[in-house]
Amino acid sequence: MKDTVISTDKLTKRFGDFIATNEISFDVYAGEIFGFLGANGAGKTTAMRMLCGLSTPSSGKATIAGFDIYKQAEEIKKNIGYMSQKFSLYEDLTIVENIQFFAGIYGLPDKKIKEKTDLMIEQLGLKNEAKKLVGSLPPGWKQKLSFSVAVLHDPKIVFLDEPTGGVDPVTRRQFWDLIYAASSRNITIFVTTHYMDEAEYCNRISMMVDGVIKALDTPANLKQQFAATSMDEVFFELARGAKRKAD
Amino acid sequence: MKQFITFIRKEFYHVFRDRKTLLLLFGLPIAQIILFGFALTNEIKNSKIIICDYAKDNATQRIIDKIAASSNFEIENSLLSHQQIEDAFKSGEIKLAVIFPAGFNNDLLHFNKAIVQVIADASDPNTATTLTNYITTIVMDYQKELTQLNPLPWQIIPETRMLYNPELKGATNFVPGVMALVLLLVCVLMTSASIVREKEKGTMEILLVSPFNPFLVIISKAVPYFVLSLVNLVIILLLSVFLLDMPFNGSLLLFFAESSLFIITALSLGLLISNSTDSLQSAMLVSLLGMLIPTMLFTGFMFPIENMPKPLQVISNIVPSRWYYIIVKSIMIKGLGFAAIWKETLILFSMTVLLLLVSLKKFKIRLQ
Repeated sequence: MKDTVISTDKLTKRFGDFIATNEISFDVYAGEIFGFLGANGAGKTTAMRMLCGLSTPSSGKATIAGFDIYKQAEEIKKNIGYMSQKFSLYEDLTIVENIQFFAGIYGLPDKKIKEKTDLMIEQLGLKNEAKKLVGSLPPGWKQKLSFSVAVLHDPKIVFLDEPTGGVDPVTRRQFWDLIYAASSRNITIFVTTHYMDEAEYCNRISMMVDGVIKALDTPANLKQQFAATSMDEVFFELARGAKRKAD
Repeated sequence: MKQFITFIRKEFYHVFRDRKTLLLLFGLPIAQIILFGFALTNEIKNSKIIICDYAKDNATQRIIDKIAASSNFEIENSLLSHQQIEDAFKSGEIKLAVIFPAGFNNDLLHFNKAIVQVIADASDPNTATTLTNYITTIVMDYQKELTQLNPLPWQIIPETRMLYNPELKGATNFVPGVMALVLLLVCVLMTSASIVREKEKGTMEILLVSPFNPFLVIISKAVPYFVLSLVNLVIILLLSVFLLDMPFNGSLLLFFAESSLFIITALSLGLLISNSTDSLQSAMLVSLLGMLIPTMLFTGFMFPIENMPKPLQVISNIVPSRWYYIIVKSIMIKGLGFAAIWKETLILFSMTVLLLLVSLKKFKIRLQ
């Protein structure tokens, strides 16, 4: 059996009477690209925030990279990367300064930081822009840079929260190339998305509706299960029963 | 530790990249010192006055000479009729009139008592009080000279002395106030803005997901502003000593130690604000309304606290700058040592500890 890097058991988050995620249980395996799908307000972001340690679960269990999310938050932090919905590099710092800052707070040694910085700038083809402020880059570049920074410290798992929102199809394609490259370095990818074509790129996907995981399988199996020709249809089939209004 | 330095370096980048804010940071204290020192001084210079001398004798001439020599007054005219004086007041040409009755010197020499009438335009009561005080001081001064020459044991001379500020310089009052104001503004506004900005931009999430200690985030944010505030303090000090001729009588070391304490108080206030607000606008509003206005009102450098109604006097006790103001005045102007200000220091210290505890408790490591 493959190594399990994320394992949740009846993980639940309540906000007062509202149950944002309701007893979700699933496993993610090492090196996998795991798509975490669902309509707006289905509870994806809440679930992801619990896994990253940004939010405390109300009940249930979960381990990330073998560490308990309640007791070993510090260990988990060293082993994960995170890219939020919002663009989250410092716009008033240059590309190099951003890379060095994030490498620095993850405690990479100086020599490694330099190596990583050069490599990343090389890979992203940003040699001429390296000394420019991040704020002056086009959105697509920012997104790619943001992802590269999230996997800079070679985490076991990287969490991507709608990483390709508002990005054109060509850049999205390039972005997925980066994801594949990271995956081939045995980094597990946990990604939420709204784009069904992107869902097809994932090894396995889970579909969340109203805080519950309604389906979890490979894209091919899901299409077969719902007798659908595309992931779009699978999504509609599942999301139709949703009672929650999208926010 | 290395991570900590990385973070502080990043904070300095933020500060130095934001040229406009930086300009404001250093321009503000300079502008305030110059404004308060020269333009907004409560010392009144070159006030136009009238002197009516019905006596025209030795004594009055000596007093008039003294008045003329003072930079506070400009003798406009010497009129004789009461009607003309009244007209001059009404038109606002003059602020004050000094009237010596006939036989002034005679009265003084024979009855040991002479009256000089001082009429002030009290539509502006502060100016009027100050100006009459100036005149009284000059008259007293003359009286003193007189008794030195010719000591008469039965002559009663009221002695007035302006402690610590014999020339009634306005700057002594304002400079410590401006120091408190600038430090508070820089620390509270800038720290709260810089933390809230991270929240707004979403970078705070990234920092919280990283293994970097969240409390160090807060401390690293405070370090650059601590340094900038000290630089600011030095600028203010240099300006006030060399430009405004302020005295500095106390210990520099004590001054900077006490100022550091006050800076930490202000930084903790900034932290508290940033932990209680989520947007830049609200952080700015709370900092400005919640800090700036109480500081202006309750520190005592603009409006004397003793003149306030009791409830306001009680409120003024919770304004940290009030205590810092007392401390700075004691050190700079009176040249007092720690023994004289330990109580104020203790109050400020307790406030700081309390603020730090509350703000660290409020700081959410996990976002909801």
